[in-house]
Amino acid sequence: MNIIYMLIGFSILLALVFLLAFFWASRSGQNDDLYTPGVRILFDDDAPPRDEKKSDEDHTHP
Amino acid sequence: MKEQINLAIDTLCYHCGDSLPAVPFSSNDKQFCCAGCKSVYLILSSHNLSSYYAYNAIPGASQKKAAAHFDYLDEPAIAAELVDYMDDQTTVITLFIPAVHCSSCIWLLENLYKVNPDISNSRIDFPKKQVSITFRNQHISLRKVVELLASVGYEPQISLQDVVKKQQSDHSERNLVTKIAVAGFCFGNVMLLSFPDYFGLNSFEHTFQSFFGWVNLAFAIPVLLYSGRDYFISAWTNLRNGVLNLDFPLALGIAVMFIRSAAEIISHTGAGFIDTLCSLVFFLLIGKWMQQRTYHYLSFERDYRSYFPVAVTRLSKGMPQPVPLNELKTGDRILIRSNEIIPADAILLKGEAKLDFSFVTGESLPVAKVLGEIIYAGGRQLNGAIELEVIKPVSQSYLTKLWNNETFAGEKDPIKTFSDRASKYFSIVLLLIALSAGLFWINTDLNRAIASFTAVLIIACPCALALSSPFTLTAVLSIFDKNKFYLKNTAVIEEMARINTIVFDKTGTITNPTAKGFEFTGGLSTEEQQLINDLARNSGHPMSRELVKSLNLAPLYPVDNYMEKVGRGISGMVNGHNIKMGSAVYLGLTTQDKGSVVHILIDDRYCGYFRSEQRWRTGFKQMAVKLGQVHDLHLLSGDQDHDRELLTPFFPRTQQLHFQQSPQNKLDYILALQQKGNTKVMMLGDGLNDAGALKQSNIGIAVTDDINNFSPGCDAILDGAAFEKIPQFIRQAKDAVKVIHMSFAISLTYNAVGLFFAVQGILSPLIAAILMPLSTVTIILFTSLAARLYARKNNLL
Repeated sequence: MNIIYMLIGFSILLALVFLLAFFWASRSGQNDDLYTPGVRILFDDDAPPRDEKKSDEDHTHP
Repeated sequence: MKEQINLAIDTLCYHCGDSLPAVPFSSNDKQFCCAGCKSVYLILSSHNLSSYYAYNAIPGASQKKAAAHFDYLDEPAIAAELVDYMDDQTTVITLFIPAVHCSSCIWLLENLYKVNPDISNSRIDFPKKQVSITFRNQHISLRKVVELLASVGYEPQISLQDVVKKQQSDHSERNLVTKIAVAGFCFGNVMLLSFPDYFGLNSFEHTFQSFFGWVNLAFAIPVLLYSGRDYFISAWTNLRNGVLNLDFPLALGIAVMFIRSAAEIISHTGAGFIDTLCSLVFFLLIGKWMQQRTYHYLSFERDYRSYFPVAVTRLSKGMPQPVPLNELKTGDRILIRSNEIIPADAILLKGEAKLDFSFVTGESLPVAKVLGEIIYAGGRQLNGAIELEVIKPVSQSYLTKLWNNETFAGEKDPIKTFSDRASKYFSIVLLLIALSAGLFWINTDLNRAIASFTAVLIIACPCALALSSPFTLTAVLSIFDKNKFYLKNTAVIEEMARINTIVFDKTGTITNPTAKGFEFTGGLSTEEQQLINDLARNSGHPMSRELVKSLNLAPLYPVDNYMEKVGRGISGMVNGHNIKMGSAVYLGLTTQDKGSVVHILIDDRYCGYFRSEQRWRTGFKQMAVKLGQVHDLHLLSGDQDHDRELLTPFFPRTQQLHFQQSPQNKLDYILALQQKGNTKVMMLGDGLNDAGALKQSNIGIAVTDDINNFSPGCDAILDGAAFEKIPQFIRQAKDAVKVIHMSFAISLTYNAVGLFFAVQGILSPLIAAILMPLSTVTIILFTSLAARLYARKNNLL
């Protein structure tokens, strides 16, 4: 049963790693803006314009 | 389906959604309301950024307002104050952009590098409406960056005060979050290690008991010294000032809990109350965090510095040069362009001054000034460029002096909350019970005396009590928030429940500054109305736009030979008729204009005139009647008293209608009301002329139609659209106080149950560990549910 001392030690150590990871995330400002990243991820890398494609080409190559 | 949508959009400006003029600006089959919108579209489409219009239909903001001048950004001294970071290669600057409102805005502002490759990075913080831009300062100047933003329709609001929230406020919030994280971490681990004890250890496992105890004690130290530190500091400073607030029993409870637990663990007599201690601090900090959440994009502490521009153009030896506002000295000659604000009291030297003082004095009509006249700071020049000589430095000007009035030198008395008052009695009663329990046992059993004394302090630690106010009030705050009523902090709600006197400003507060009614004197056929409508559509003048709005006709005829004399009138040929409209002077009429009047001349035949009348905000009449039943209503207007008769029916006591009030009069009036005793004044105002009165009253509410616009320092900002809900807000505030009282009763019941065990000296850690979180959760659930129920009753949800 003495193994339990080691197990508790490890579990606390692991929890501490997560706590430190949270400190780092908080300090580097990851929790400052919780809204914008959620919108940002929805943008396409190069979104095809709604109905503009043709007129755009017209515009750049008259 | 798709065609239908396009059809609907085709009658509106493709960029901003305003209605189109008779001859719309068009490009690529897209129609625009003004040249500004069109040029934004052209810039975007030429840089392959048309997706901007794909994410949201009509994503832009109207571009009709003239863009400001940014040449002052070339001054290194001014630029240095604005940037976050600068070396010889890159500059980082954070700008506040009020126009940010949708995902298209985020997309466009983060793709700025496509417009100009010298912008290496731009990141948006949407809730704060801020963009942080990194650019190569060798290739592009700060001014060019800002002008680029303005050219795509996102003009930043640049000011030296408080517009960009610097990281400072974030740090205090981050600190609190870190404290919560530490407390939560310790709380979780301690719970895990305490569980075996609660379920009972067999004899073999008893060897672990002291080990668990020591580990628990180790976890308690950061909670006590780091997370809970503020409670000790606050209790100590309050005690020294002779105030007993809720932090005192909290700090006492935490300290006693720690000492008793440490004693039990070290002496192997028990498991201690470490788990209760950690959960207590954890929940308390969450309550604190709830209360601290703020509106990132609103500011309630604005002073004149955020109203005035950052820099003005000074003429030295005839050459215009931008200088920071605080370097402006008496005797300086300054140049004010159209649409700029006069920053200091000055004498007019050159040009034609026509100034809009509506924000300063509440006077709705522009004021003309002649050469040599003194112009007070705060007016906005409407005509063309003028030159002035400064006679008083900015900080000494009439307007700024009003703002810096010595009445406000000290902070306004902090609002006394219910929990502040209750906690005083609570602390005294708690100490009395603890002492008498200890004294009762002291002769028979010393150990039991100490046990009961400490147990009382532990179990009565007012955790639930401390949480009932913050949780109720934040729930109400977010309900108000949904209804477009933004409060500075939660204490304002409690103060609002005590209000018995309400003072209104007139112009812009109970009247709607945009919705104007037009009354026509004379005769007009439908055809003639159509002609006037088509001509007026071409003008950007507020009167023309209001006139078009009130005529409510679709554009029909094109206009030829359109001419506009800014601020005087317009003319043109519509369907073969020569139409002129404008002021009497412009049309060569001999009549004197009274108020805002537009005369109409069709083919040189005088048809009559439109007179604009300000309209009350929607629901004002019903609201005034409702409020008048319970509250004492007053009116303070800076205007002439031509509306007295119209307003009399709404104000039960006509002697409480006051007109032609100067800002100082308004302030003194509020002061006099307050000195009558037992009067709690709520003031609703909008302009700078109310700034002093707003600050003086118990609650100052700034009414505005665009919350991004400048509003004077106040306790709350109310969107004009929610104006008619004021009685509901007051009801809700009163109900919130009721909920707080009820939750106090609930948590006192829990305390009484705990005390029953504590005074007998038989409080086990298990009972404490159950009772504390249970009472906390009950309070959190009860307060948020009750607040929402009342909101539903008051039609706020």
